[in-house]
Amino acid sequence: MPDVIQKVAIKLSVNGKPHSLTIEPRMLLVELIREVLDLTGTHVGCDTTYCGACTVLMNGAAVKSCTVFAVQADGAQIMTVEGLEKDGQLHPIQKAFGDARGLQCGYCTPGLMLSTAQLLSQNKEPSEREMRKAIAGNTCRCTGYQNILKAIQMAAQSMKGA
Amino acid sequence: MYPRAFHYHRAGSLEEASAMLSEFGDEAKLLAGGQSLIPLMKLRYANPNHLVDLNFISGTSYIKEESGTVRFGALTRHAEIEHSTVAAKLPIIHDCAAGIADVQVRNRGTIGGSLAEADPSGDWATVLMTLETEVRCQKSKGDRRVRLADFIKDAYTTALAHDELVSEVVVRIPPHGSGGAYLAFKRSAPVYPTASAAVQLTMDGEVCKDVAIALGCVGLTTIKAKDAEKALRGQPVTQKTMATAVEAARAVAEPQSDMRGSADYKRTLVGSLVNRAIDIAVRRARGEQIEAGHIYA
Repeated sequence: MPDVIQKVAIKLSVNGKPHSLTIEPRMLLVELIREVLDLTGTHVGCDTTYCGACTVLMNGAAVKSCTVFAVQADGAQIMTVEGLEKDGQLHPIQKAFGDARGLQCGYCTPGLMLSTAQLLSQNKEPSEREMRKAIAGNTCRCTGYQNILKAIQMAAQSMKGA
Repeated sequence: MYPRAFHYHRAGSLEEASAMLSEFGDEAKLLAGGQSLIPLMKLRYANPNHLVDLNFISGTSYIKEESGTVRFGALTRHAEIEHSTVAAKLPIIHDCAAGIADVQVRNRGTIGGSLAEADPSGDWATVLMTLETEVRCQKSKGDRRVRLADFIKDAYTTALAHDELVSEVVVRIPPHGSGGAYLAFKRSAPVYPTASAAVQLTMDGEVCKDVAIALGCVGLTTIKAKDAEKALRGQPVTQKTMATAVEAARAVAEPQSDMRGSADYKRTLVGSLVNRAIDIAVRRARGEQIEAGHIYA
């Protein structure tokens, strides 16, 4: 172990808001988001790179924030579930997950919505197979996948014109 | 979970990263995609004193077609390979890139990191073993090219010297009339496969001119199924020659029983994966468009 705990200065943008922070390099991105920035919508599920509850977008790409060091997000644009709504209006993905009852306990939902956001940013009309593949890294322990797929389809429909 | 504290170093170039490895010796680890290393550090199986981050080095992520080869920068993410048009010309490479773990891991994990880790359950080594592949190994001064077969020495062990790192992976594009397929069976998306098989062959009419068959997750390293190749090379691909090849592949596998399945189960599984991969490779060599890759529930 190092005798002196190193601190590193980083700058990043989270949901469009710039932050300058000094952190320990071993801090994980999910801990920075939850413990430092108090954005507790991003959840910690397995903490072992399996379940995807901690999924956020890093420069538009879905990542498991329990498996990225915060120091690696220096200069990056991060989006968490809190960044989906705009001016008090739910994002079409959030609305679709509600309308289609695409959740049961809701623990996996923030991660699933961000995986959906990456999918729909690259593919406006995903097939069912493509939807299943896009959320394969997000585990719903309630096993409510059918309604989740309906929600993704609804979100795709309502975002098509956008 | 927190890893143990470490010193963080952001390398500005691959040469500088190599110089840092010389300076810190065994106390240092390289951070590429981090999708294996960070979990290991969180569980404190890996406790490097110095972490050298390669992610801020520009020009290390690329896919270039050049004089009959495709060159992958070491930091090229699986997802970039999955979506690239160059790699799509090599179906076996697309099979692999599009199915490693899940979207999130593919967005971070790198081809160079996967080869350098040499996990016996990793996908890339098995696929690239069926192609003419060279790994470019970089030092602070100069570099060398190593054939993939010589690069992977043992489980988690490569030919890299302690101050050397992977800078590029170079794959020769197979001749016209070739086809390949990679099939990996896994219980769910994020986990490593239970067994996998890669087949790359070149057809001349009904006859298999040349073939390479590699098995993954059923030994300490990728296993080259040489007797299985022999059963097909120079032969027409029929049910009979395929059955002989599958039997030879099953015989050469060295699976171990673990939580993913018993040794017997894995041997049976790898045999059927080889069978299906040969079939798809032959049909692709004829120009058919067939989907293949990772199979999971």
